[in-house]
Formats: sequence, structure tokens, C-alpha cells
Amino acid sequence: MRRPRRKPFDWSTALITACMLTAAAVVYVRDGWDRFAAVFLGDVHIFVDILPKMGAGCLIGVFSTLLIPREMVARLVGAESGFRGLVIATFAGVIMPGGPMTVYPVAGAFLVAGADVGAALAFVTSWTLLGYARVLVWELPFFGTNFVLWRMAVAPAFPIIVGLLGRYVAKAVAARGVKI
Amino acid sequence: MMALVVGALLWAIVVVLVAVAALRGGGLVRTGLWEGFLDFLRLTPRVAIGVVGSGYVAAVLPPEVLGGLLGPKSGLFGTAIAALAGALTPGGPVVGFSVGVAALKSGAAPPQVIAYTTAWALFAIQRVASYEVVAMPAKIVWLRVVCSIPVPFLAAWGAMLIGRP
Repeated sequence: MRRPRRKPFDWSTALITACMLTAAAVVYVRDGWDRFAAVFLGDVHIFVDILPKMGAGCLIGVFSTLLIPREMVARLVGAESGFRGLVIATFAGVIMPGGPMTVYPVAGAFLVAGADVGAALAFVTSWTLLGYARVLVWELPFFGTNFVLWRMAVAPAFPIIVGLLGRYVAKAVAARGVKI
Repeated sequence: MMALVVGALLWAIVVVLVAVAALRGGGLVRTGLWEGFLDFLRLTPRVAIGVVGSGYVAAVLPPEVLGGLLGPKSGLFGTAIAALAGALTPGGPVVGFSVGVAALKSGAAPPQVIAYTTAWALFAIQRVASYEVVAMPAKIVWLRVVCSIPVPFLAAWGAMLIGRP
């Protein structure tokens, strides 16, 4: 299975680099070398600390994409409805490999295949909040373990809430004759 | 200690996945290791810029500004500002996470930063406009966005309830 490549250069990174360099220059000019070095050393320590976890995150991302077929995730969600369907959709969002270019088409495919709106919403919400790829590759290196665990402790409820709310709103709107 | 456990757990998962790939054969292990290595190379400079650079951004920002706006006493108003900022943040994960870390380092309270990253994950305009609307029916996307509005607030509130682990 071909995986979409991350571009080696992107505007987001360029923009952030420009902001960071400006800030670093301001600190150097305003506060002098000692403060500049102190900030650098403090953050380099954090960075070196997270490198092994980042490495593991990248390998988990690649291997699970190679090993878990997307069709399996789609089948998993389409098959169940009710509260169980929302729980399964949430679980599928967590293990769904790939980025936005693959996740949304899969969610669109559920709907075409007849999965209910709530399950599709729960799946997308779960992927955005709990999807392992973003958490391991991005959030953990930036924020560190404690913060991520803190955020993740409350997050599993949200895909279910959004799914239930979505079902309710879709029903309410349908009662007024608008089909979603 | 927690960080060590998570690190060990991640590498245990890697070992299991590599073992499964080895059983499947067909050069999966080599492909996986090589692509993982390439991803790591691509990611490292971005994370380095974000993590190291955010320290400088935090040093430049006067702490009383962000501390007042998004600090521990900013309450619902601070959460609302954080959520709005998250939804409006342009660009990919480098931008979203760098801004979040810089805010955290310059005096924003963690629940507010959790509201920010949650809102960014749910609503980031660029992702919704360039990927979601293209692949899903527009009505469904609207329904998802509307039903997700309470979530950043619930996330901040939940984080406050359980407290720092």
C-alpha cells in the first residue's frame, strides 16, 4: 500500500521558523547571550528527551499502515449501529492509519455504505482527538507525556457525545423535512 | 517515571509490529524500517524548531498578557478565546502544536491549552476546507462542526476536574 509522503518543505514550517528566529533574535538583542543560551539549553534538553519516543512513533505509524488494511476499518464501522456502533466507530478512529487524505474518504464511504450519521461523526471525531498517529508523532514530542495523558484521559468520551448529538440533531432536522 | 513507561510501551509496540511484519514476509520489515526512518528524518527538524523555538517565543511574550488572557484564573472566557484561536489557527500540525507549546510556556493554563489543541484538532479551517469538505457531504461536515462546538469546553472542564496526573 502506498503511503502519501510528507512534503520536505511546507509553508507552515517556513512560517513557524521565521517566527521562532525572530523571537530568538529579539531575546538575544534584548536580554543578551546568557539568557539566549539558557532558553536554548532548557529546550534542547526536552528535545533530546523525546527523540526516542518520536522514533518509536514514526515506526508504529509506518508499520501499522502497512499491516492494517483500511477496508478492515471500514467494515468494522459499517456493521454495527446503536451505542455499540458509536463505541466501535470511536475505536476505529483510534487505530485508523493515515492522514486527512485517507480518513475523510473512509468516513464518506461508511455513509455511502449505509452506516449511520452518528457512527461517521464519532469516527472522524475520534480520529482527530485520539488517532494514534497524530498523538505519537506530533503531540507527544511537543507537549510531553504528562500533558498528553491528561488530555487523553477525558477525550474518549467526546466522539460518543458528538455521535449521539449528531444522531439527535439529524433526527430533529429530518422531522422538519430536511434530509441529512 | 510515567514518561519512561510510555517510552518502553511504545518500543514494545514497535517490536510486536516488526515481528508481525516479519511473519508476513515480502520485504515488509525493510520497507517499514526505511520509511519510518525517512519519516523520522523529516519530522526531526520540524519538532526541533517548534520545541526549541517556542521557548524563545515564550521569552518574548510578556507573561502577564497570556497569563491574564489564558491563565488559571481566565475561566470560561479564557477557554472560549483558546477554542476560537484553535479553530482559526492556519497551517498544519507544526503551527498548531508550536503555538500550543509556546502558550503553555508563557503562562497559559493547561486546561486552556487543552481547549486550544482540541479545537484545533476538531475545527482547523485548513484541514476542514481542503480535505473534509472535499471527501464528505457538506451537510455532514456542518453537522459535525456544530455538534463539536461544546467539546473544547468539555475538554477544559474535564481536565480541570481530574487535575494534573
